[in-house]
Amino acid sequence: MLASMRGDRGGQIVLSVLLVATIVLPVLNLALPESHPWHVTTYQLNLFGKYLCYALLAMSVDLVWGYMGFLTLGHGAFFGLGGYAMGMYLMRQVGDRGVYGNPELPDFMVFLNWQELPWYWWGFDWFAVALVAIFLAPGLLAFLFGWFAFRSRVNGVYLSIISQAMTYALMLAFFRNEFGFGGNNGLTDFKDILGQPVNAQTTRVGLFVASSLAVIAGYLLCRSIVASRAGRVVVAIRDAENRTRFLGYNVASYQLAVLVVSAMLAGVAGALYVPQVGIINPGEFSPLNSIEIVIWVAIGGRATLYGAVVGALLVNFAKSWFTAALPEYWIFALGALFVLTTLWLPHGVAGIRRRSVVS
Amino acid sequence: MNPTEKAAQHGEGIDASTGTLLYMEGVSVSFDGFKAINNLNFYVNDGELRCVIGPNGAGKTTMMDIITGKTRPDSGEVWFGRQVNLLKLNEPQIAEAGIGRKFQKPTVFEALTIFENLELAAAGDRSPLATYRLTLTAEQRDSVAEVAQTIGLQDQLDNAAQILSHGQKQWLEIGMLLMQKPRLLLVDEPVAGMTHQEMDRTGELLCGLAGQHTVVVVEHDMDFVRSLNTRVTVLHQGSVLAEGNMSDVQNNPEVIRVYLGE
Amino acid sequence: MTIQPVALRYVRIVAILRHLVLLLVFVTAAISVAPVWSDTADHSQIINKLAPSLKDRKTIAAAIDEIVTSDAPRKRIWLESLLAGTLYQRKSDDMVVHAIKTDTGFDLTAALDGSAIGHVGKREVRKFKINNSLRAQLRSAIAQMALQDSDPGSRRQALERMLQSLDEEKMAAINRLAEVETDSDVHALIQTARQLDALQNGDSQSRLDAIDTLGINTREPVVQALQKLTDTTDDPAVADAAAASLAEISQRIAVFKQVETVLFGLSLGSVLAMAAIGLAITFGVMGVINMAHGEMIMLGAYTTWAVQQAFPVIVEFSLLLAVPLAFAVAFLVGVVIEFLVIRHLYGRPLETLLATFGISLILQQTVRTLVSPQNVPVSNPSWLSGQWLIDPALSIAVNRLVIFLFCLAVFAALMWLLRKTFFGLKVRAVSQNREMARAMGARSSRIDAMTFGLGAGIAGVAGVALSQLTNVGPNMGQSYIVDSFMVVVFGGVGNLWGTLLAGLSLGVVNKFLEPWAGAVLAKIIVLVFIILFIQRYPRGLFPQRGRAAGD
Repeated sequence: MLASMRGDRGGQIVLSVLLVATIVLPVLNLALPESHPWHVTTYQLNLFGKYLCYALLAMSVDLVWGYMGFLTLGHGAFFGLGGYAMGMYLMRQVGDRGVYGNPELPDFMVFLNWQELPWYWWGFDWFAVALVAIFLAPGLLAFLFGWFAFRSRVNGVYLSIISQAMTYALMLAFFRNEFGFGGNNGLTDFKDILGQPVNAQTTRVGLFVASSLAVIAGYLLCRSIVASRAGRVVVAIRDAENRTRFLGYNVASYQLAVLVVSAMLAGVAGALYVPQVGIINPGEFSPLNSIEIVIWVAIGGRATLYGAVVGALLVNFAKSWFTAALPEYWIFALGALFVLTTLWLPHGVAGIRRRSVVS
Repeated sequence: MNPTEKAAQHGEGIDASTGTLLYMEGVSVSFDGFKAINNLNFYVNDGELRCVIGPNGAGKTTMMDIITGKTRPDSGEVWFGRQVNLLKLNEPQIAEAGIGRKFQKPTVFEALTIFENLELAAAGDRSPLATYRLTLTAEQRDSVAEVAQTIGLQDQLDNAAQILSHGQKQWLEIGMLLMQKPRLLLVDEPVAGMTHQEMDRTGELLCGLAGQHTVVVVEHDMDFVRSLNTRVTVLHQGSVLAEGNMSDVQNNPEVIRVYLGE
Repeated sequence: MTIQPVALRYVRIVAILRHLVLLLVFVTAAISVAPVWSDTADHSQIINKLAPSLKDRKTIAAAIDEIVTSDAPRKRIWLESLLAGTLYQRKSDDMVVHAIKTDTGFDLTAALDGSAIGHVGKREVRKFKINNSLRAQLRSAIAQMALQDSDPGSRRQALERMLQSLDEEKMAAINRLAEVETDSDVHALIQTARQLDALQNGDSQSRLDAIDTLGINTREPVVQALQKLTDTTDDPAVADAAAASLAEISQRIAVFKQVETVLFGLSLGSVLAMAAIGLAITFGVMGVINMAHGEMIMLGAYTTWAVQQAFPVIVEFSLLLAVPLAFAVAFLVGVVIEFLVIRHLYGRPLETLLATFGISLILQQTVRTLVSPQNVPVSNPSWLSGQWLIDPALSIAVNRLVIFLFCLAVFAALMWLLRKTFFGLKVRAVSQNREMARAMGARSSRIDAMTFGLGAGIAGVAGVALSQLTNVGPNMGQSYIVDSFMVVVFGGVGNLWGTLLAGLSLGVVNKFLEPWAGAVLAKIIVLVFIILFIQRYPRGLFPQRGRAAGD
């Protein structure tokens, strides 16, 4: 896998920085006293950890959009499913410490007068089951979606819009109480993860490290794909689908494989995200969320992978600054980002770097 | 994949023992009532270089679409050799069976290098997992170099395909077909938009291919067709109007009527 | 079922007899009330009979009866006020008053002549309290009075209310009305009332006749009476006849329910179609997905609101002004968007999608900042409210009907524009072959701007229609982009007829699914269906085929 990093300067830089951050920031948080000027607060660490989940999500979008040419407007669905799988595990860890103190049922089910746990909640007491679901649920959705879409050669804006419809339909479904995932309020009030209290400083540090390592591992995986001949086939599909087909490649199976891998990465991102923010609700499925991911990738520069990481971090730090300083104007800024990037920065930040290297 | 199809890969197992490689019999297809192909009978011999000409709307491209599986005919039969029924296969399977196609508009993978373009076309297992694990063999590297030599792009292997000229892209596409090692090559308007020198070179290329491969060329340019000096089929309104060598065809009163009007 | 001549004669005799009896009752009543008519000054006494009996409901009941038989001109107002709980007694002088509650006490008007008599504190008045039996009495009394209303519509309504619970007194009043009634609709209702009465109280033969005469009558009281009859009667012939009639009636009602669902679906579908047609133009002609399309709808709705704010006096006609204005506003915004953004992105549909999404965010936030983040109130003109009653079991909301017709009108206008004008010719030319159209002298950049404006303008017009159905707020457009796109694709890109049909049929399907699936699930089902449909038939219901489709 490491061999595929050869020739990827941007990726080497980004991964090195990440690796350093993974080691240094926890030390600065745990070892230095709060009064020390170099101390990193747990809040800051947690925020960074959250954004790293976004970075992983952005990378998964870049894989299908940048390399395969499928402008997905529904990746929030995979992120959300991974998040819900983790959320279900965390809910089961609450045990009888909920408001109603019911040892068998999560609070919202008690509230809805449910008598027993629905079958799709079975087994989520065990982390291993949740872990499988984190990969399987998004993967399965991606497989079904792709199986229908790619085999019938839906492409271009059609594909984009039905991916949006997919996440929209999921949002409507998860908003319903009868669906059994907490409806409007989603899943929240978590207590423990793997026996550790969710809000403890050490847990937060652990989650940060896990997120950072997930980004690094995800990057290596994506990179190994795009640098392989399979990756070149995927790019070939993006640029000349029919040509690739007449060369004897089964286009749909490539698209399907890439989409499933990407959806699983998004699911992992969602699963790491949920314990760090302490809640998962149907808002994660809103079409706006999914399309925002695309703009992170666009800003960073698509089809570079590291651009997606940089873009996600950049836009989200900008967002926290904006929403604190000028809350009214964040939406204006975001809207302008969409317009200006597509008009003047089609290759994103990575494009600027590349251009300056050329000149 | 059943054993016969497996054997049929890359055209090695195609049974052309009768001398005929491609059969199209009684093929018809219509779009919204317009008969693009009308009871077409068309045969190509093994190892032959065949030109197909005809006025606009004669059904040349639709015929290619049918052979390569892009369009399904309403009726008729299409066989590759004596055993492969092309109507039962989809596009990648037809390509695997040994039929390569060059589009009217040159289509190469612009973002990839010329080396990568040729490499992708190289014969081999085409499943996602196989290509993910694959590393290039020395043998394949040699055959890429060889083909690059044939199409005159040996010095540009590491350049992105998007910088090539129109004519070079046409050659690159033919080169990709060569890498594919097809039994039957379908070439749609190979010299459209080419200079005379490029045209001559393309003619040499195609003639060189005949023999090892069976080649069907669809072309508008009469001078170019004449220069190939080979058997010509004239299509008109979706069926064969005349067949023979160029001078016979040119003197055929029916053909004259169709091309020059009454 | 056929009526025997003998039986018929018998029914007539009974009817005549009953008329005679009723006439007698009427005359007696008239005589007993007669003295009161002559003395108008006694009106105050009549209403004051209510006064001392605040707690004693029997006395109130008697007083109500007396008021009913009096000729006091405001007696109906009194009773209605009593029923509504706004009738009070002033403690200082026991005067009966209407009182309207304010923050500090009550505003009073004299019950006797309706003149305002000022404001009093909360403790200075006593309320006339009533219970349920009094309430029933009041309602029937008011209804009977309504029978004497000069407006036939009010008489009809009063009759319909009476049908719910007929009794001897009501029948008497109804029969009295029959003597003098000239309106044919009211007469028909009177007949229904009589048959209903016969069903409930007649003997077997008159019941059979009534069942026959009523035929397929879908009125709720009739259905209930028949149901009761089937369950309770001893006469098997009557029970059979009632059951048979009931079966036919329920079948008719079921049909009407379906018709109603279809009509409801058509109105929903019209909204979908109108929202989608604009998108169909920009997507079909220019291959551009305008993600800000929903915001054009929103702008149209806000224009309606602005017109109503600017000219509050003409709320009734505000929509007539809003339609052209909304078109103009959305058209202009559309042209500006095209000029600033879209034209730099031709041939890059996915980038256009992103850029226009950014524009939609900006437009939403602009409205939030300039107007308000909350919904704004848009009032419905009175000519749009109300129901159009086709049958007792089938009524259509006028606004839904108007929206359906409006959708057809917009579509017709658009078709005319595209098929019969030179502009339309150029638009079609550009959509089919941009290069060729340019070569023939069509200035494609200008055509593009106009086309985009046209699509946006129609969305604006759709917004005017929507403002009459849903809340108007900054986010209202968001949900329409997916719906609209689905409609366009379902109908077949580039085919406006397909868009119209797809919109209407999806609306109808949605409404049919709703009763058993619920609104949200119905929407999900429709979405999933369309996703699967697109994947099976990527070119939609009415695809363009052959070379023009251009893969």
